[in-house]
Amino acid sequence: MGQALIDLWYGFGVALEPQNLVWSFFGVIVGNLIGVLPGTGPLSAMAMLLPLTYTMHPVTAILMLSGIFYGSMYGGAIGAILLNLPCHSPHAVTCLDGYPLTRQGKGGTALGIAMISSFFAASFGIIVMIFASPLLVDIAYQLTPADIFSIMLFGLLAGATMAKGSAVKGVAMTTLGLFLGVVGTDINSGVQRFTFGMVELGDQISLVALALGLFGVAEFLRSVNRMDDVSSGIKVRLRDMRPSRAELKQSFFPMIRGTLIGTLFGAIPGTGPTITTFLAYALERRITKTPERFGHGALEGVASPEASSHAKTQVDFIPTMTIGIPGDPVMALLLGALIIQGIQPGPRLFAQHADIFWGLVASFWVGNVLLMILNVPMIGLWVKLLRVPYRYLFPSALFFIATGVYSTNNRLFEVEEALVFGVIGAIFAALEFPIAPIVLGFVLGPMVEENFRRALLLSRGDLGVFVERPLCAIVIGLSVLLLLGQILYHLRKSGEKKSEMLAPVSEP
Amino acid sequence: MQDLIRKYKDVIGGGLILLIGTGVVYKGSTYKFGQLGNMGPGFFPVALGALLLVLGFVILLQASRAAPVIDAPRLPAEWRGWICIVVGLLAFAFIGARFGLVPATVAVVAISAFGDRKARLKTVVILTAAMVFIAVVVFWWALKLQLPLLRWG
Repeated sequence: MGQALIDLWYGFGVALEPQNLVWSFFGVIVGNLIGVLPGTGPLSAMAMLLPLTYTMHPVTAILMLSGIFYGSMYGGAIGAILLNLPCHSPHAVTCLDGYPLTRQGKGGTALGIAMISSFFAASFGIIVMIFASPLLVDIAYQLTPADIFSIMLFGLLAGATMAKGSAVKGVAMTTLGLFLGVVGTDINSGVQRFTFGMVELGDQISLVALALGLFGVAEFLRSVNRMDDVSSGIKVRLRDMRPSRAELKQSFFPMIRGTLIGTLFGAIPGTGPTITTFLAYALERRITKTPERFGHGALEGVASPEASSHAKTQVDFIPTMTIGIPGDPVMALLLGALIIQGIQPGPRLFAQHADIFWGLVASFWVGNVLLMILNVPMIGLWVKLLRVPYRYLFPSALFFIATGVYSTNNRLFEVEEALVFGVIGAIFAALEFPIAPIVLGFVLGPMVEENFRRALLLSRGDLGVFVERPLCAIVIGLSVLLLLGQILYHLRKSGEKKSEMLAPVSEP
Repeated sequence: MQDLIRKYKDVIGGGLILLIGTGVVYKGSTYKFGQLGNMGPGFFPVALGALLLVLGFVILLQASRAAPVIDAPRLPAEWRGWICIVVGLLAFAFIGARFGLVPATVAVVAISAFGDRKARLKTVVILTAAMVFIAVVVFWWALKLQLPLLRWG
């Protein structure tokens, strides 16, 4: 415990170095800006600015990326509350009560509550991270390839099945992502796999091209000429944003409950932030004495989901950094950024790059404080930004994507890669497949294969290795339960559907 | 065609997954397979391909049992936008390789901007000029992008 505090002190030293602070600040602003813009969320914001980080020191790079991430999360809340635009799916729930509040003229208060809740939850998550990470590192050192494989399997399954929409489609997209991770040179045998003679594919598909294709190009293909220009005459003044004492009291316990739900779900790899916010909202509606207020501007419906998504994100960093297993696509992208920098997250990161880990932790706080300070005076500007016509937005964004992808490896071939993934992403999205699991699968793919092969090599082909050790057996058991649960749920749902169809229609 | 897609999204999706799975298994089987204890480079991809095949079948099966979705909002095809975005990015790669950063920037911004139905020549020119400025100052000068500003062949 004492050691953690000393390390944290050191971390603040790293985060407050002028160069790191400036880039952190830059990341927060740009993230906020991109997060506010319609149709873009943290994933596209991070992917777009990832190429900027190559020339940076790894610590600075990761600080900037996490700044972008936070900034865009806050930005998403602004769009959700003021304009009913869920730019990023976790904020879809915030719209339910945030927008009615805006229509009642209390948009400022809702924003204020959202900010306070986010800040509180993030701080709580950071504290959990400080004390839980060292413990997890000790465990991480003892993990065998079989353990790592089973944890990844569980994370992938949870990510695929607990997202919105069809679970089977989610698993299919994860598998597709795993396969895309296979493309390139096999590290064990040196064989070129699925490169079709293209030299450029020899060292893997580019993560930046994949991410920008799936979240950038695909998004523009889907919304070109379909995005209505937003017009709103909402004015939010500074003093509107300060909630009254009664309002604070009203949202205090929802905020705590949201934070706890977020923390709990952060500990389960693969569960996305969207499901967390939906659960937080559902819980609030269940325990309140006046459920009829929900959907018509209940502050609790803003406080709890916003808190849960921020706590969840914060706690998500723990498995990403200590074991090297990202919990959701955003973390996967962050992990990819570290790998590009030549740093493999995992227990060794803790020992060898203490500056990265503790600098990151400290910068979370710095970033969150920056956001609070920034958001208040700049809210008017953000609202104006929301009204930038789409016809200026997407051509500029395409240009940033093209140059960004090119600069990764100075290869124009990768721009074409991004285009291909953009088309693939748009097609699958149109067919109602979730897209984000592809990235999770892609980043984990090589690690899954490596650990699977190593585990079975060590056991000489005995599949029993996956159930021999208690940890491994438990995780595999959980994965099986998750699958069975999904199948049962599905069978019951389709059974209900059938009986509904057979039942005579009596209700008007 | 549009109605067909709307009603049979899962049929098409399942079919697409089946197609990808078949391709992966077919191509993957050309690499050495090995055994469980000593896997070759083909083992993992073939396993993933097989999984995709199974999933494709399940999606197809579900689609045949579920009622077709009729109440989904109908979105017309947006060929103008799609073509402009795709051509714009292709033009960036093609022109960038031969003529450098400035012509490539003009190509991607101008072509994709005309994908929007409300695009006007004047605003497109202004937007393109702004992006060229950013390309030169931010990317080429400040970030030292490796693409030359202008070149021939």
